[in-house]
Amino acid sequence: MGNVTTTEVALAARHPMAPAPYRVVTRRRQTDDVVTLGLEPIDGDAPGFEAGQFNMLTAFGVGEVAISMSSAPRPGATIEHTVRDVGAVTHALCTTPAEGIVGVRGPFGTGWGLYELDDADVVVVAGGIGLAPLRGAVDELAGRLGAEQTSGRVALVIGARTPDQIVFADDLARWRDLGVHVEATVDMAGPGWDDNVGVVTALLPGVPFDPARAVAMVCGPEVMMRFTIRALVDRGMPLERIRVSLERNMQCGLGWCGHCQLGPLLLCRDGPVRSCSPELSRLLTERER
Amino acid sequence: MTDDIAALVAHHPLLAGLPGHTIDHVAGCARNVAIDTGQLLLAEGEAADTLYLVRRGRVAIEIHTPGHGPLCVETLGPGDALGWSWLFPPYRWRFDARALEPVGALSVDGTCLRDKADADPVFGYALMKRVAAVTIERLQATRLRLLDLYGQRDDD
Repeated sequence: MGNVTTTEVALAARHPMAPAPYRVVTRRRQTDDVVTLGLEPIDGDAPGFEAGQFNMLTAFGVGEVAISMSSAPRPGATIEHTVRDVGAVTHALCTTPAEGIVGVRGPFGTGWGLYELDDADVVVVAGGIGLAPLRGAVDELAGRLGAEQTSGRVALVIGARTPDQIVFADDLARWRDLGVHVEATVDMAGPGWDDNVGVVTALLPGVPFDPARAVAMVCGPEVMMRFTIRALVDRGMPLERIRVSLERNMQCGLGWCGHCQLGPLLLCRDGPVRSCSPELSRLLTERER
Repeated sequence: MTDDIAALVAHHPLLAGLPGHTIDHVAGCARNVAIDTGQLLLAEGEAADTLYLVRRGRVAIEIHTPGHGPLCVETLGPGDALGWSWLFPPYRWRFDARALEPVGALSVDGTCLRDKADADPVFGYALMKRVAAVTIERLQATRLRLLDLYGQRDDD
């Protein structure tokens, strides 16, 4: 047997387009329109995954949508997905009560590649709900720091619209305690907010990392990612050490339907996580036709 | 003492890499200051006479709104420069700026800088290019925030 991916193993026993039933075991509201669902399979064990990969979640009778796993991949642990209520399917998922049943296909796509990092400094930049696909990776990196399994530094820079739109607020304090350098900024501050106000890129000059040997992981609105890539390159980071999570209209998850095409890439299969390159940077600035 | 100030000026990102005589011009107008938490560095409507080169601590740029008190529109930190209204008439601050924590900065006399820039256009041009670069960066950041990037989108 050659190189077999976790996706192939997971899908071997089931038709890849058939969702498996999962039970909602936890339901946690993050903001007024964002909910984190903890899921467990009704039958058997959940397939393994890598932080950064995504599942196709089905709200039965409504539809299917691609959602990244927002928890760290730990055997036997509840798998969390963080969903923003922006349409019919996500609304049905966000309002699924505890003990409710949803469908799950996956895992699909590429992850953040934490196994390649060794002792590199890691800079994580998240915008809005973009922290969700990064949360599992940050959790794992924070765990390595806490257990002194790495000599690299870990920094997390978060941007949000307002203070109450910052997701996983409870995790931030825990990650700080484990040694992660955490900075948050908002576009619009309200009374009581005495932290940063402004764009995430403005914080990067003050973040401690060695640009030549660091790896960056970036997820958020695509315009924010473009500006973040520029700011990291300006700081001296080689383009190919910057990884981004790209979002398009994922539908099949298998590279069959082509809905998620970006230039030569089918992002459900070749992404969502990609290392930057001049070609990818060009694609990010290309207007959709 | 002036040498120390010149070294601090030369290391600040606003002016780093500029020729020695340019650094000396700025250093000749600068002094080191410490600002306590909560203290105003600039007050809207007051005479604008200072460029602050922030070395440590964070500063909130605020605007006072009736019924809401001060609203923070942006924060600045180490390596940032604060205050451009001394460059242009009517030389009045347009915003408040308040220390969010103990701030260490170089306080540069704006009138002194203007006089030197008028007398030495080479210095004035070098200074204006650096000021313009920061102003453009802030303008671009403001445009990004106007996009409301993190706002709600209809995705499915």
